[in-house]
Amino acid sequence: MAVQGAVASRSGLRSALPLLAPAYLWLTVAIFLPLSAMVFFSFMTDLPLSGKAWAFTLGNYAAFFSQSLYLTLLLASLRLGLEVTLWCIVIGYPAAYVLAKVLKGRSREAIFLLVILPFWSNGLVRIFSWAMVLREGGILDTALNAVLPFKINIDLMYSYPAVIIGLVHSYVPYMVLTCYLTLQAIDDSLIEAGRSLGATRLQVLKRVIIPLSMPGLVAGAALIFVPVVGSFMEPRILGGRTGTFYGTVIEDQFVAVFNWPLGAALSFILLAVVLVILAIASPVLRRAT
Amino acid sequence: MAGVQVSNVSRSFGAHKALDDVSIDFADGGFYALLGPSGSGKTTLLRQIAGFDFPDSGRISIGGESVERVPVEKRRIGMVFQNYALFPNMSVADNVAFGLSVRGEAKVVIATEVQRALDLVQLGTLGARRPHQLSGGQRQRVALARAIVTKPRVLLLDEPLGALDKALRVDMQIELKRIQREIGITTIFVTHDQEEALTMSDRVGILRDGRLVQEGPPEEIYDRPKTEFAATFLGDANIFRGDSTGNGIRLPDGTAIEAGAGPTLAAGAKASCAVRPERIGIATDTGAPDTTNDNVLKGQVSKRIFAGNNSTYFVERAGQTLKVIVQNTGADRLAEGQEVVLRWSPESTVLLPAG
Repeated sequence: MAVQGAVASRSGLRSALPLLAPAYLWLTVAIFLPLSAMVFFSFMTDLPLSGKAWAFTLGNYAAFFSQSLYLTLLLASLRLGLEVTLWCIVIGYPAAYVLAKVLKGRSREAIFLLVILPFWSNGLVRIFSWAMVLREGGILDTALNAVLPFKINIDLMYSYPAVIIGLVHSYVPYMVLTCYLTLQAIDDSLIEAGRSLGATRLQVLKRVIIPLSMPGLVAGAALIFVPVVGSFMEPRILGGRTGTFYGTVIEDQFVAVFNWPLGAALSFILLAVVLVILAIASPVLRRAT
Repeated sequence: MAGVQVSNVSRSFGAHKALDDVSIDFADGGFYALLGPSGSGKTTLLRQIAGFDFPDSGRISIGGESVERVPVEKRRIGMVFQNYALFPNMSVADNVAFGLSVRGEAKVVIATEVQRALDLVQLGTLGARRPHQLSGGQRQRVALARAIVTKPRVLLLDEPLGALDKALRVDMQIELKRIQREIGITTIFVTHDQEEALTMSDRVGILRDGRLVQEGPPEEIYDRPKTEFAATFLGDANIFRGDSTGNGIRLPDGTAIEAGAGPTLAAGAKASCAVRPERIGIATDTGAPDTTNDNVLKGQVSKRIFAGNNSTYFVERAGQTLKVIVQNTGADRLAEGQEVVLRWSPESTVLLPAG
């Protein structure tokens, strides 16, 4: 039986090969090769392309540990990732619930479109339009002062909240989509069964709906947390001086300082940290799902 | 435990009248079947009693307490869903414990009650399993245990056996009935399966287009249907249509059929008669004159279906196909094409108003 099973799975793999090949070929060419080059660079003293002499070194990795700045920035970025992820859950989960369980037909499609819209707009346009809203004398400031009887001064530009707002705006659709998919798969009769057993709506939410939609929450959180920790565009434009994070430092190495080896090394340290975090979290998350 | 009174309940969805002035009294401790074709309003009525949906007008009371605006979680009902609706994220025991646990019962109490409920449905050893590891019949039992463990006032069942195969269904019918007797709970059971309604319930309510057509003990509805719909929906019936003679009808060809049951109708009005297929005797036409006061019709066998313990004959007569069911007694069987005489007593004939 076991042998037969193995044979069957092997022949299954063979017939699946033509289907897998394009994806793996693409991954090899487009991701693996450049990434390997980056791993290589991260162990060099200088770029070979510039014509200068170079040698292998561990110095770029040592730099991370010798200067506390990098660690501080990494922790700040992790905190940013955590906060943005939490805000995306707080904002995205209820929206996904309403989309999946309350709205039907046309109104669902319309709201869905509004949720997806940020995806379809250019990232830079998105960020700069937030800049218009958040700065002093900007749209939010003017609008609030027009409505409120007293004078208030709203200048969120170049602040930590501005970075959070920009990132949450960019990433909340991921949370809505992943949660929507798992919530929609929950049969309405489960909710009704819970209530027929005397549970309030809140108890049904806590004991049935949230546990069953955990896979969506986890997938959304992973999709958001990882890129936010390495983000640089929103922190730089909306955060200004306060917007120095791990991601912006990496970006600086590549576009301003032209220290590609250090940038690459910092990137791989981030990758390693993220993988370690996911590995530590995965047993907990697997139990939760 | 408590009886349920539904009084003049109406509920519309847009222009569609799902329930139209329905009144039923569900006696305390009774087993009640709501029977009807799909779209008849039987599930809508069950959802009103459960509290998932509120009536537009009318009253619903459980144990004498008015509940028509009380939300489902406060009604103290137990419900079994068609798809069982077990929580896939919980074990069997946790599923059963859910109702007690949201109520804040002590852990010890919960454990004993859950075990007792699982024993009652004969699943005492499967508490640690997950719902997806159970068979359809076992899931059904878990759903039942979960619904009764909270000691609800009423047990509501929404086509609970619909997803089971035939043999398992019959087992579960017996099992369900046993459990219901054992705990003596008022039970309302929605089904579109007339056999299920007949075999399981003390009383049956037949619904059609949101209205209650007839309700009563299954024997009464079967023997004394009040409308053609009730006669044909609960069991099989031969329907003759003609003009009322007061205590029977006259068919268009002049043949009189005498009815021993049903209302007295004004002579001359349109009316019909219903006769159950197993009440009709069938014999070869010998041409002998009739000396009894039985109803007699002549016809020709067009088809015979042999089903082991009985045979069904389809007899053509004046453009109408009549159905006759005969027990297999070992006597001679009639061949297709044979001229036959059908004969049945007026007591087996129910006069019905036209419609």
